[in-house]
Amino acid sequence: MATLKITDLHVDVQTETGPKNILKGVNLTINSGEVHAIMGPNGSGKSTLAYTLAGHPKYTVTSGSVTLDGEDLLAMTVDQRARAGLFLAMQYPVEIPGVSVANFLRAARTAVDGQAPKLRTWIKEVDAALERQDLGDDFADRSVNEGFSGGEKKRHEMAQLELLHPKFAVLDETDSGLDIDALKVVSTGVNHYLEDRSRGVMLITHYTRILRYIHATQVHVFVDGRVAATGGPELGEQLEAEGYEKYVEAARANA
Amino acid sequence: MKGHNVTIEGDVESHLHPRPSWRLADHPMPTGREEIWRFTPVREFAPILAEKPTRASLEWDIRAPEAVAVHELTQADLRDLAETPQDRMSAAAAANSANPSGRITIPANAQLDDPIDIDLTGTGSAEPVYQNVVVEIGSCAKVTLVVRYRGSANLGENWTFRIADGAEATIVFVHEWDDDAVHGAQIAFELGRDTTVRTAQASFGGKALRISQTASFQGPGADLSQLGVYFADADQHIEHRLFVDHNSPRTKSRVDFRGCLQGAGAHTVWVGDVLIRPVAEGIDTYESNKNLVLTEGCRADAVPNLEIQTGNIVGAGHSASTGRFDAEQLFYLESRGIDEEEARRLVVHGFFTDIVRRIGVEEISTELMNRIEKELLETLGASTQPAVADKPSEG
Repeated sequence: MATLKITDLHVDVQTETGPKNILKGVNLTINSGEVHAIMGPNGSGKSTLAYTLAGHPKYTVTSGSVTLDGEDLLAMTVDQRARAGLFLAMQYPVEIPGVSVANFLRAARTAVDGQAPKLRTWIKEVDAALERQDLGDDFADRSVNEGFSGGEKKRHEMAQLELLHPKFAVLDETDSGLDIDALKVVSTGVNHYLEDRSRGVMLITHYTRILRYIHATQVHVFVDGRVAATGGPELGEQLEAEGYEKYVEAARANA
Repeated sequence: MKGHNVTIEGDVESHLHPRPSWRLADHPMPTGREEIWRFTPVREFAPILAEKPTRASLEWDIRAPEAVAVHELTQADLRDLAETPQDRMSAAAAANSANPSGRITIPANAQLDDPIDIDLTGTGSAEPVYQNVVVEIGSCAKVTLVVRYRGSANLGENWTFRIADGAEATIVFVHEWDDDAVHGAQIAFELGRDTTVRTAQASFGGKALRISQTASFQGPGADLSQLGVYFADADQHIEHRLFVDHNSPRTKSRVDFRGCLQGAGAHTVWVGDVLIRPVAEGIDTYESNKNLVLTEGCRADAVPNLEIQTGNIVGAGHSASTGRFDAEQLFYLESRGIDEEEARRLVVHGFFTDIVRRIGVEEISTELMNRIEKELLETLGASTQPAVADKPSEG
């Protein structure tokens, strides 16, 4: 069993006017087989949490710890974290002109496995993953994220999730900007990934809509840089009916 | 017989392109302050700027399909056939036209499957080498011509490509010079009606390179694409100057040059001038230059110029950029487990692959990508992964 454990995490973001405190003591433990939905209003620090876990240089951890199966994740470089089994599906995947999806996927798989995949099975695997995401035959020849539609970018992230088989996946608003059909396709990818019960997911979202397609075992309300409330799927339903207002006001009162 | 020359007439008074002339005296010794010399380390080019007769030559190895005729270019023919010199280096080369020079003729309608390969090797002599070459491509012919420079020389030269109506030509120059070579060239492309012409400069070797390319049109309907890749190392000067003279209606031109710089004193220059004359209605032009700076201490100058004399056109634009690695691109790749060096390598490969593919000749694309890989070894070390490089043949 694998565990991603976040303890009292405080994070600053570098801005033009100096560091700004965004995460204010996050505690969260995700075990194999669990799907934790992190829900909160815009600006609450959800994406900061995602990018901090992946190691984006813009964010500075001022205190706290993150471990993956007991290993200190924060001591690792960005690529080491990925090789340790962490995957971040980004909200805004980056264009890499001239680098084909095929070569990118192979380079990434080679990196996380520590050896190049066997050519024959690899091609079938890629085809299957792309097909599951409704990405056509010529998709692998296109440059990474270049000229992709919003939906294609997200589905490409899900194809990577399948092919890079991480222990834990952080999905940063993967559902944002998707129409219902694309949302279903993306959810299929996540559920396929979760068929292996050794894996876990942190599902960051602004909307409850995706919870109809992906079953969250835990739901957290994320407000003002920390987890404000935790519950089961019923908390998601409550948020759908009532919104975040109650939690935002409580956080403001505490500030 | 001069009608084909790119001559900037009285209607275009511009400091960007001085009046062409065969007389060396009309091109005074540059000081480095002139507009056309201000990015050039004039001292490096001193050997080929002087007025000094020479008989030195390059070793020529030309492999061409049978239909291609190769003759000496007589002095008498030079002024009739070749582009008028636009700067002192070009004029000095023309003034030394007694040297062995070439006239290459591809007959009309010839469809050449195999390329014309011209390997030019400098013998390492300090004496300047001058040469003048005219390539005549017949009407509706289809040809690929590849010129490769190797060894060492102080070379000043003129090339004129006269491309007749309906011809389709791919013309590639690959600079594989030794580290101490100095090379100044004027390369003129004269495009007939409805021609499709793709040119490429691939500049890697040499101490100092200054390649001036001009293009002009004999009639409407031509489609010109000029590509360039370059890789400047420490103390290397690589300069590409392009002038596209849209002097015919409904012509199209694209210029896309990309380069990497690494090592202290690496200097690249890209000057892209486009002139759209009043007659050039319905033309479409876009020029672009991108530079990727890999280390400290490099300098990339990029200067696009558009002179527009008619607004009745399809499009005219340009862009130029110089930057370091995009941190977000590297983060994206690294977040997939790819280590930083491999990520950089992928980004650089992608940067060049984009353009190298468009040369459209698979062997050349592969050769150039391998060459770029070799350059990358210098800053990034050996690849930790087997064959992850993009194959230019794909897609």
